[in-house]
Amino acid sequence: MTDFFQLLISGIATGSIYAMAALGFTLLWQAAGTINFAQGEFVMLPAFAMLIGIAAGLPLWLAFVVAVAISVLVLGAGFKRLVVDPMRGSGVVAVVVATLGLSIGLKSFVKAGYSAEPHPFPSVFSEEVFKLAGVTISYSDVGALVFAGLMVLGLQMLLNKTITGRAMQAVAQNTFAAEALGINVKRMILYTFGINAILVAVTALLITPTYLAKFDMGDNIGLKAFFAAIIGGFNNSRGALLGGVLVGVLENLAGAYLTPSYKDGVALVLFLAVILVKPDGLLGTPQERKV
Amino acid sequence: MKPTATKLFAAALACAGALAANASLAQAIKVAQVLELSGGGTTAGTMYRNGVKLAMNEINAAGGIMGRKVEVSEMDTQSQPAVAKAMTIKAIDDGVSAIFGPVFSGSILVSMTESQKASIPNFTGGEAANLTAQGNPFLFRSSFNQAMGMPKVANYLANDLKVKSVAVVFINNDFGKGGRDAIIKELGARNIKVAADISADPGQVDFSSTVLRAKQANADAVFAYLNEEESARLLRELRKQGYDKPIVGETTIMGAKVIELAGSAANGVRGHVGLTAEAPTASIQAFAQKFEKEFKTKSDHNGIKGYFSAYVYKAAVEKAKSTDGKAVAAALKNSCFSAKQFPGVLMDVCFDDKGDIDRESFLVEVKEGKQIVTATLPPLTKR
Repeated sequence: MTDFFQLLISGIATGSIYAMAALGFTLLWQAAGTINFAQGEFVMLPAFAMLIGIAAGLPLWLAFVVAVAISVLVLGAGFKRLVVDPMRGSGVVAVVVATLGLSIGLKSFVKAGYSAEPHPFPSVFSEEVFKLAGVTISYSDVGALVFAGLMVLGLQMLLNKTITGRAMQAVAQNTFAAEALGINVKRMILYTFGINAILVAVTALLITPTYLAKFDMGDNIGLKAFFAAIIGGFNNSRGALLGGVLVGVLENLAGAYLTPSYKDGVALVLFLAVILVKPDGLLGTPQERKV
Repeated sequence: MKPTATKLFAAALACAGALAANASLAQAIKVAQVLELSGGGTTAGTMYRNGVKLAMNEINAAGGIMGRKVEVSEMDTQSQPAVAKAMTIKAIDDGVSAIFGPVFSGSILVSMTESQKASIPNFTGGEAANLTAQGNPFLFRSSFNQAMGMPKVANYLANDLKVKSVAVVFINNDFGKGGRDAIIKELGARNIKVAADISADPGQVDFSSTVLRAKQANADAVFAYLNEEESARLLRELRKQGYDKPIVGETTIMGAKVIELAGSAANGVRGHVGLTAEAPTASIQAFAQKFEKEFKTKSDHNGIKGYFSAYVYKAAVEKAKSTDGKAVAAALKNSCFSAKQFPGVLMDVCFDDKGDIDRESFLVEVKEGKQIVTATLPPLTKR
């Protein structure tokens, strides 16, 4: 039983990191109708930004702050202005293709500048472990869980308890009605891109010590986050949280009780099952389409 | 007698032929590196590439091989066997005299058929036991065959650590499967029980369930046989789950790159290494310093393999007095090269008739982020 709890804790910790990246998917979809297939690379870039900062002599926390600022500027505002805005009006497929191209471009860019080799990345939390009721728990798992939990909780509070958050939700639900109510739609969309940029930077901070900083490190996290977002419901941010945690936990359980080789297939199987049974995701709601 | 136009033309042709022959004598020797420069094997391939590069720069600076400069081209296999085969064909089409790489056993297993068809010596860092068992007369290893390395690890487990059971964690590719088969055979011969037999996938990032299964086996030690990145991730997870029994490996898991990637989680790992930049040998120490100065990173065993391969090729060409593939291969088979006579080979080494090598090796332990050599083991066969 202690093994089960150990798997559960570690799975929730990993799942909450998936959830943050998945949350970015749902936010961008809701606010701007954008599916960002470069989300994994958006996690990779802040990791390298932090590495550059550390190499320049900055402590990890300061490198993280700088990476967040760069991320908001480049992956938030820059991405919106240079990639999404020009594509608006061309349909979802055009944006998807553009982000796929961006994903390849970003990987090539980092590979050319930083080589294809993996690089070590410091952990923000202690690597020590402690025992609780026979279960070995690492401070890094607890840290990731708390950090990711706080991020998601904070975001939920921002969206539900503040005027700005409600305005953002209003834009997500109906742009024209929101505009008619006097909401600055453009600004709200920009905020959403900014929030996604912060989420990917935090994800990078938490996941890179395990994944190692490498130009293609985003492949796995991007895919898992996408599956998590679909599983939870692409139009529901709480769904992303649920999807992420589900994927993280079930992967761990399958790896331990079936075989580690099946682990990576868990998200895909879950994804297929949800698509077949509940196409809108576990917490998603059906969306009407204008003809 | 006046020369006729025909005779003049024939004389001109003969002169042109002689000039062309002279020119070809002075032509550079073309060799190719067909290596894992991206994908899962990047770490191994890049290290090997740098080792060959360093050696070839030195060789060219010292006048080349038999007075001819060496031209080295680099091709990326993307760590995929099919690409490795295509790149090997390309290298052959380019007219190379030797091929270095790939390092991954699965890739060389596929690509070496092409170099064999073209009768071109092919050096590899691959360790899978089945490589030299194929009977390819042009394949030469730069590291131990697993069948030679694993008995040393098993002896260490049985005699030094005195373990009765082992959890084996291996990577699910040709390298890992070959190593797993070899160690299980050797453990069985020493009555050591295999308490768990766990495979990990290439590129696997999360080792929590792998480690949990190893812990559940309650074995006296873990034997891990994975590629560099996966080794580092496994070590981090073993420490994260508080694993406190011996972690033993063969070469890779104690490599410089793994230590760099795993950080403090690598401390305490021990086992057998065929090559190490920490070896108490003056020639290897000098190589390690040059490598670090040139590439701003420490060489691991793959860097030494690359450097060694380039110099052993030079020695073989000079012995054969030709770059002809068959002559070079014949010069390598059943031959020994001493570090005294050929300093670039770093350690005395012997090739057998299959292309396998034998030389000294080391028992090491990682302490405070550094590989410490605890014993030097003699070659298996004395010549």
